[in-house]
Amino acid sequence: MKKLNKIFALALALTLLLSLLVTASAEGFRTLDEIKASGKLVIGLFSDKKPFGYIDETGEYQGYDVYLARRLAEDLGVTLEPVSLDAPNRIEFLQSFKVDIVLANFTYTEERATQVDFALPYMKVALGVVSPDSALITEPEQLNGKTLIVSKGTTAETFFEKNYPEVKLAKYDSYTEAYIALLDGRGDALSTDNTEVLAWAIENPGFTVGIESLGSLDTINPAVSKGNETLLAWINEEIVKLGAEKFFHADYEATLRETYGANADADSLVVEGGEL
Amino acid sequence: MQDLGISILFKGVNFQRLMGGLWVTLRLALITIGLSCLFGLLFGMLMLSRRKIAHIFCRIWLEIVRFMPQLVLLYIVYFGFARLFGWDLDGETSAVIVFTFWGTAEMGDLIRGALTSIPRHQTESAAALGLKKSQIYLHVLIPQTMRRLLPQAINLSTRIIKTTALVKMINVTEVLKVGQQIIGQFYRQPDAAFWVYFVIFLLYFLVCWPFSLLARRLEKRWA
Repeated sequence: MKKLNKIFALALALTLLLSLLVTASAEGFRTLDEIKASGKLVIGLFSDKKPFGYIDETGEYQGYDVYLARRLAEDLGVTLEPVSLDAPNRIEFLQSFKVDIVLANFTYTEERATQVDFALPYMKVALGVVSPDSALITEPEQLNGKTLIVSKGTTAETFFEKNYPEVKLAKYDSYTEAYIALLDGRGDALSTDNTEVLAWAIENPGFTVGIESLGSLDTINPAVSKGNETLLAWINEEIVKLGAEKFFHADYEATLRETYGANADADSLVVEGGEL
Repeated sequence: MQDLGISILFKGVNFQRLMGGLWVTLRLALITIGLSCLFGLLFGMLMLSRRKIAHIFCRIWLEIVRFMPQLVLLYIVYFGFARLFGWDLDGETSAVIVFTFWGTAEMGDLIRGALTSIPRHQTESAAALGLKKSQIYLHVLIPQTMRRLLPQAINLSTRIIKTTALVKMINVTEVLKVGQQIIGQFYRQPDAAFWVYFVIFLLYFLVCWPFSLLARRLEKRWA
């Protein structure tokens, strides 16, 4: 039994050592200078959400958010280190300082703004609802008693919970799963940002966006960890500067034009210089 | 649109990336299973210790593992540790810690069960022959335990392999996440998801199948 006692004592000692370490370190976000010094800008991006953030067949990150991410890293003179995240854990990544910035189609809400700091907007959206042509939903009231598919942690989820409590929500962990659920008929309609459903409906015949703009106009902004003022100020400065060269229109042409079609109006989505 | 669904897997480097993801899954599972066996042995022996405190310690550990969903444990280690203590562990390290924490307890419990199933007179006879405690374990108990343990240990191993799919939530791009990224590229094709998930199903099968084959062969040989 002596050996076992030793093992046990060792385990106890380790636990004590760990708890000592706990009090010793308290790391936070990285300031602008720290990022520059490290030579790396860590940005949280979607990796399965075309056309905003996805990985193409050559294995490279692409999309509207990624286009901005590349430019930010370039202007800072550092390399971009992309981190793949999903909608439900975007805030978590910032609060645990795993990323410097989140550029993942992150809609501004007051609730989120208490947890992370948002920079100036670079895009604007409202909610949209897509449903099969055979049972098209054109008014939100039509959804009462029916099942609406949403992705966890999105604006659509909170909007419908608050304003249409009679709508049954089927919540999925990722966008991929949510769209598959709609294709499989596991719900009557799907709601998320209108940009997203409009693009999806074009590529999925048999489905139409019956409600194109629902809820208040939301903006999509870069976000940083709460209190990271140096980084926030730099991003805001950068967005204003990029507005002067119509950067986000170029971004739209490069990444979104193909998705929304030749007739779509870039100005209905793009925000330049952070001005609505 | 004209493409056959399965061809999307072979566009560009998609297939290589899927294999890369499978390697991440495998590497994670193998490291975890190895560590779980090692620590599980100590854990099982500790559970049998006559010291009350050791017993309580193991019991608490085992109950935590049984009642906490693995995803919660992953979040605690990956996000929670960084937030509370400033330990910035990468996703894979966090996953190894959590799955080993889980595997150790479960494997330990299996080992405890196998050890206690060996008749007490064997320990006593060995002791009567003058063997030390460590020698009894090494020469008498462990070899016999191994045989009784094998089917359950294999079962646990395949469960660990399958559970690694959760690590996609903490920024580890394993096979399932790569699959979802590929579906993301081709969401214009409604059957993309079917083909990608079907291939992932096959890959998991190919990984888990050899384990059961090995188990069956060893069981036959030892029977």
